[in-house]
Amino acid sequence: MYRFLIVICALVLIVAIIGIYFVDKSNEEYTSVSVQGADEIENGVHLKTGLVEGVGLMETVNNCTSCHSAKLLTQNRLSKEGWVSAIRWMQETQNLWDLGKNEELIVNYLAKNYPPENKGRREILDETDWYELK
Amino acid sequence: MASLIGADIVNGSLMPASYSPLALQEADPFKLFGKDKQMVVLNNKPWNIEAKAHLLNDTVTPNKFMFIRNNGLMPQGIDSSNWVLTIDGESVEGEKTYTLNDLKTKFQQHTYQLTLECGGNGRSEFSPPAKGNQWTIGAVSCANWTGVRLGDVLRDAGIKKDAVYIGYHAVDEHLSRDPSKEPISRGVPMDKALQDETLLAFKMNGEDIPLVHGYPLRLVAGGWPASASGKWVNRISVRNKEHDGAKMGGSSYRVPCKPVAPGSKVEDKDMCIIMSMPVKSLITYPKSGAVIKAGKTLTIGGHAWAGELEVDQLKYSIDFGASWINCNLRRPTNRLAWQHFSAAIPLSKTGYYEIWAKAIDSEGNAQPMVLPGWNPKGYLNNACHRIAIKVV
Repeated sequence: MYRFLIVICALVLIVAIIGIYFVDKSNEEYTSVSVQGADEIENGVHLKTGLVEGVGLMETVNNCTSCHSAKLLTQNRLSKEGWVSAIRWMQETQNLWDLGKNEELIVNYLAKNYPPENKGRREILDETDWYELK
Repeated sequence: MASLIGADIVNGSLMPASYSPLALQEADPFKLFGKDKQMVVLNNKPWNIEAKAHLLNDTVTPNKFMFIRNNGLMPQGIDSSNWVLTIDGESVEGEKTYTLNDLKTKFQQHTYQLTLECGGNGRSEFSPPAKGNQWTIGAVSCANWTGVRLGDVLRDAGIKKDAVYIGYHAVDEHLSRDPSKEPISRGVPMDKALQDETLLAFKMNGEDIPLVHGYPLRLVAGGWPASASGKWVNRISVRNKEHDGAKMGGSSYRVPCKPVAPGSKVEDKDMCIIMSMPVKSLITYPKSGAVIKAGKTLTIGGHAWAGELEVDQLKYSIDFGASWINCNLRRPTNRLAWQHFSAAIPLSKTGYYEIWAKAIDSEGNAQPMVLPGWNPKGYLNNACHRIAIKVV
């Protein structure tokens, strides 16, 4: 009798797990279908996000890439103050959570690896893709 | 969904509602949005993709070369047969709704070529850098938009005397997926809303608007920052004050009311909303990097536009602005359409050249050769475009 009950319970559990799996799936967006690898780093770059290796990398990945892609980080160059103001704007308008102790780590990581460059009032044209025009 | 895939889904009615067809699981944005492979992906969540100068050579921009600027997550599963546009707000006589069919059958349809340029086009050049997608020069397009005049619909609904602004609302999803938040809800003052060329559009270049560009209904307000041209629009609010939706306030689509030194901190209260975009031009032919034989004449071509105004003159220089020579410049097909220019340039000496183009609008405003006034979010960079040429 007990064995029968255990089998029933196990079946119910399996069905519930399958059910939860499908319910979760239905909320996913199509872009997340691709299987994400582990947090591998190659040549100093975090493969999954393209962010460079450094102190604070994983805190940045975990807090800054769930709503938008890491491309919004890697294409920007800001000072510490600039990154803090981006975080404040996202907290005020974009539902970014309180980063707690991680904020300093993240801001230092971003300001060190993605700092502003002085480009002056107009950069030189750096044409490298020459071709013959017929 | 069919419009995104470009075909009806056979047996689609049997597909579970939660299932995304394989075609939509495609992570390749070029296939997903029908874009040319040479387009540049700046961001994949949200999607932001720009063109390069030479890709924009067409008189009318085809979808494959049209930039994408998304603020949130694209809507999915749109049912255009049940699409309803609601006109509401403090300054409408009474709330009124229209189906897509109502719009198409009750009002006269119009087609205009309308220039849409992202307010942040050219942001990548600012120094110190500005936060946001680092657009270079390719966040601009001029397509044929077909729809009904927003003004006709608003007048049908009834506008109160105290109306000053309209704001759009749409069905895209906030990046945080918080249903109480809108990714973007901007608008324009009443005089812009009531212009003949301001459309509620349902066709782009003669076909249903591609999903990523606003299917099934898009507000199109040419000549203004393209963020004023809301995609996937299902509600227009007629306001008795400046619209206060998402990305209307703070530093969004605003620049300092008075000029500031590069890198200055500017309080929100000292920022003014961007209205018409400034005069600008692009050399779309040839692609930068052309090597030509000595003695040949170089033909250049491109487009120029000036927000609400018309471009009066287009000049080129081969000596870094020491001298300027007039190009042929065509009149716009209609107000707010970009204009086309061309010139045949004799290049006698061998060596390295830069061809610079400068547009001048009907009020005498010219493009600057260096970056215009710095602003915290890096908007309105209308500095002259240039290409590199070698004569051998």
